[in-house]
Formats: sequence, C-alpha cells, structure tokens
Amino acid sequence: MEVLLYALLGFMVVGCIIAVEIKDLLSAVVSVGIVGICLSVVFLFLGAPDIAIVQVVVETLCLIILLRATVQRDDTTIYKYIESFAVATILIFSGVFMVLAYRAFKDLPSFGHPLMTVSQEYLREGLAKTKAVNFVTSVLLDFRAYDTLGEATVLFVSILGAIAVLRRRGRR
Amino acid sequence: MIPYLFATAMLLIGLYAIVARRNLIKIVIGVAITEYAVNLFLILLGYRAGGIPPILSKGMDLNKFAANSVDPLPQALTVTSIVIGLGVIALLVALVLRLYEKYGTLDESEIKRLKG
Repeated sequence: MEVLLYALLGFMVVGCIIAVEIKDLLSAVVSVGIVGICLSVVFLFLGAPDIAIVQVVVETLCLIILLRATVQRDDTTIYKYIESFAVATILIFSGVFMVLAYRAFKDLPSFGHPLMTVSQEYLREGLAKTKAVNFVTSVLLDFRAYDTLGEATVLFVSILGAIAVLRRRGRR
Repeated sequence: MIPYLFATAMLLIGLYAIVARRNLIKIVIGVAITEYAVNLFLILLGYRAGGIPPILSKGMDLNKFAANSVDPLPQALTVTSIVIGLGVIALLVALVLRLYEKYGTLDESEIKRLKG
C-alpha cells in the first residue's frame, strides 16, 4: 500500500521532469496528461474519491485545451536556449527551499496522523446538521458555502477573461 | 514526511519550468505542474493511515467513523481549487494563442525582440 503510493509519487516526479525537459511540445503535453491521471489514482489511494473524479474530468479538459494550443503550430519543436543565469538561480533557490521545507515539515503532524481539530466537529455533527452522508459535500455546500461561492466567482471571472481575450471582434 | 518531499519536488520542477524555459507552452505546463503539487500536498496533509473515505454508509457507528475517517476539510477546499486551476490554464492558453497570432512564434525572447 505505502510502497505503491511512493512508487506512484516517484512516477509523477519523473513524468514532471520529462514534461519540462523534452523538446517536442506534443510529447510534453501528453506527459502532463499522464501526470494528471496518475494524480487522480493517488487521490483514490489517499481516500478522496470525490477529488479523484473531479481530477479526471478537469485533466481531460485541460489536455484538450493544451492540445488546441499545441497541435496546429507549424514548429512544435523548441530551439534550445539555455540561459545559465536563470538555471543557476533556480537551482540555488531550489536547494534553499528544500532545506527550509524539510525543517518546516518536521513541525507538521507526521504523514498519516492528521490533526483534525476542526474536522472532528464536522464528522460528529455533520449528519445531524446537514443530513448529508458525504462529508466532503456537506463541508463544501453547507459549512463552508461562502468559500465555495467566492471560488465559483473566481472561476467565472477567469472564464470571462479567456472569452474577452479570444473574441474576434472587440468594440473600438 | 517523504510524501511531502515528493510534493515539494514537483512544486520546484514547476517553478523551474516557469522561470528557466523560454517557450510559452512550457510555461503553461509549469503552472499546471505547480497546481498539481499544491493540490497533492493539501490532500496528503489530511490523510490518516489506514483511513476510510469520509462517506458514511448504512449501519456505521458515528463515533467509530469519526475516529477512522480521513480529513474531509482539505478535500472540500481542494475540489474548488482544482476547478479554478482549469480556469487559470484556459486563460493562459487564450493569451498564448493571441500572442502566437500576433507574433507568429511561441518563443518568449523572440517576442521580446519583435516588440522593439
């Protein structure tokens, strides 16, 4: 179980590296799709079936959008420019970030033992208060409904922005 | 601890793609990878070893369920985060398509030169 989870996570990291480093843009987009589907399987392992379903649907749409941007281009291969200053900066930053993250993770509750001070309340009283057996839905649409409203607003604003950028005729 | 470090590695790979790549599609891919990493980290935080999904089935004792279930709160917040990620990708790809129409290239430095 744990070994399989680690194997999937390692596979995802390798897929990310391939997606970033490969020269052909179409292959890069396909490997991002594989990483997304793999992420959905990881969510299933972690006891989150709702998120796994959402992730599969969103990943498919995301892949279609990215393919639309890639397929019709004439030059799908990249001409390599290595800017050594940017690469050196990001590598140094990555090292510093990893060390700081390692120190911060030691103070977090260890993997597999969550704190759950707020969620215990939800789990105990959610059924009586909201009559929903799926607690993700009861948090999403009842306890934290204002959060969901705000996030739906963000989603629609981003879609409006995409439409405004993509429309053929604008008002002068 | 180790799964958290995997998520951090993914985040850093995404950041590397955003900063060091010149191709606009690669930058969009970097943003997507960063989003995956953050969503994965939030779900990892709420995992309980040997836990069951937070869905109550018939004849389950509520106290026993509360002691065994994984954390539903980060899951509920991650659902909307994933969908917002799709909106962000759509907006970025729309901008990339417009830039390609205007300049005929996807290379960032080319675009900078042509602007002149």
